[in-house]
Amino acid sequence: MTRYSLFSLAAKAVSGHRGWQRAWRDAAPKAAYDVIIIGGGGHGLATAYYLAKVHGITNVALVEKGWIGGGNAGRNTTIIRSNYMLPGNEPFYEWSMKLWEGLEQELNYNAMVSQRGVLNLAHTDAQRDGYARRGNAMRLHGVEAELLDLDAVRRHAPFLNFDNARFPIKAGLLQGRGGTARHDAVNWGYARAASALGVDIIQNCAVTGFLTDAGGAITGVETSRGPIRAGKVGMSVAGHSSQVAAMADLRLPIESHALQAFVSEALKPIIPGVITFGAGHFYISQSDKGGLVFGGDIDGYNSYAQRGNMPTVEDVCEGGMALMPMIGRARLLRSWGGIMDMTMDGSPIIDHAPIPGLYLNAGWCYGGFKATPAAGWCFAHLLATDAPHETATAYRLDRFATGHLIDEKGQGAQPNLH
Amino acid sequence: MRIPCPYCGSRDIGEFVYRGDASPVRPAADGAEAAMFAYVYLRDNPMGRHEEHWYHTQGCRNWLVVTRDTLTHEIPSARLAAPLNAGDAV
Ligand SMILES: Cc1cc2nc3c(=O)[nH]c(=O)nc-3n(C[C@H](O)[C@H](O)[C@H](O)COP(=O)(O)OP(=O)(O)OC[C@H]3O[C@@H](n4cnc5c(N)ncnc54)[C@H](O)[C@@H]3O)c2cc1C
Ligand SMILES: [Zn+2]
Repeated sequence: MTRYSLFSLAAKAVSGHRGWQRAWRDAAPKAAYDVIIIGGGGHGLATAYYLAKVHGITNVALVEKGWIGGGNAGRNTTIIRSNYMLPGNEPFYEWSMKLWEGLEQELNYNAMVSQRGVLNLAHTDAQRDGYARRGNAMRLHGVEAELLDLDAVRRHAPFLNFDNARFPIKAGLLQGRGGTARHDAVNWGYARAASALGVDIIQNCAVTGFLTDAGGAITGVETSRGPIRAGKVGMSVAGHSSQVAAMADLRLPIESHALQAFVSEALKPIIPGVITFGAGHFYISQSDKGGLVFGGDIDGYNSYAQRGNMPTVEDVCEGGMALMPMIGRARLLRSWGGIMDMTMDGSPIIDHAPIPGLYLNAGWCYGGFKATPAAGWCFAHLLATDAPHETATAYRLDRFATGHLIDEKGQGAQPNLH
Repeated sequence: MRIPCPYCGSRDIGEFVYRGDASPVRPAADGAEAAMFAYVYLRDNPMGRHEEHWYHTQGCRNWLVVTRDTLTHEIPSARLAAPLNAGDAV
């Protein structure tokens, strides 16, 4: 792998940008590997990379049914943050944020990580108190958070609809280190770095079943390109976890739901950082190309359709108009949907499956993009050592049975939380 | 998406509230804990035909069991949930 640098860029510019190598090898499946990762989203790619880099396990296949980054890894609204409250979550997301902060140097790839700040707005006194508590919980975990009063919010984003009669803005919780990253570049950067360490990235290869030994342990996968054996199999298939788990007769506490995203025509810079509406569900940032990137709630019914319906489009746009009426004049360019695992407590699962040889990284709900580096790190740790990483000990599959839910919203068993 | 309410006819999805998979059946209160766990948490989550509860909030306010394809959103049938659950009400 040739390193990307200012010099390599200048040299290639002189020769008309001909002669760049492809970023990762287009591998064909071998008969057997030490580890197979199912799913070439950000999580699978990061897992493969850290297996090779941190644990020295390079005989790894990453098996993707379509093309890498064609799922949620290339469909999300790219928000990264570590502003969680519960002890089961906050250390994990902060570990992810630390990995984001060093990611580009680590991968020698411009992932456009931009710590432009994430501001959560509060619209009632109770919500402000709730954010004060959340900010304090973050600080107790060593993560900086700033509670902005009304004047400070006005300075930060003067264009907001402060005097909305129904949803007046009272305060905001700012995480200055939060922000956005370029989702495709994250996938490509991990793929390139993993491939360079020897990982086989195998695209257009759908897993259709599992190979098992006489005792029922998983010993590999059946795929559309033939059987592949492995010592361990990790699944990291985002919205399709129930589907792949069913191939091993495993039922999960998960429903698959569609989340939509929207992007407007390119505008001059108007939105500072990420801003979220606390009275409805609406979050927005502005891409470096100028498009307003925004989203809201899931459509709300089980779906594998990778597209959403009109009532949610309307709801998201109403949220935007209530919060920042100025964006009403921007034209919508595109909208799309992605399918996400919604768990019953809104938190993910990184754990052994109750079947030997199979490992789960699933249930990422609304928020798995920000988790990409740490999910990869922790899943690789689990696969390599058979023990959970210290920041991911709460993400157990059996927590639903034992009552140790990680319910940030405090609302109980509903597959619509985050 | 439009749902064919047996009472009101074909109506826009915006009139309905979704309540999830209609197939889990609540186990007896004195039953095994494992059965209650499965009822509350575990789902088949199929890709394809799915029987699910929808409430016609903005219409007749009946609970429906709608059969829908989770990949194509095709809805071959919808029926009133009440007769199905009549025994539960006591
Ligand atoms: C519209 C939208 C907006 C979002 N916004 C944010 C955000 O702002 N911030 C945030 O933190 N998170 C966000 N998320 C969530 C985040 O995108 C996901 O949680 C995360 O990307 C999931 O991990 P992944 O990247 O590995 O998933 P994916 O990219 O979906 O990877 C899973 C892969 O598995 C493959 N696969 C499935 N079945 C098989 C099979 N049988 N065989 C082989 N391969 C298979 C799929 O093809 C897919 O490529 C958003 C999600 C959506 C849909
Ligand atoms: Zn009706």
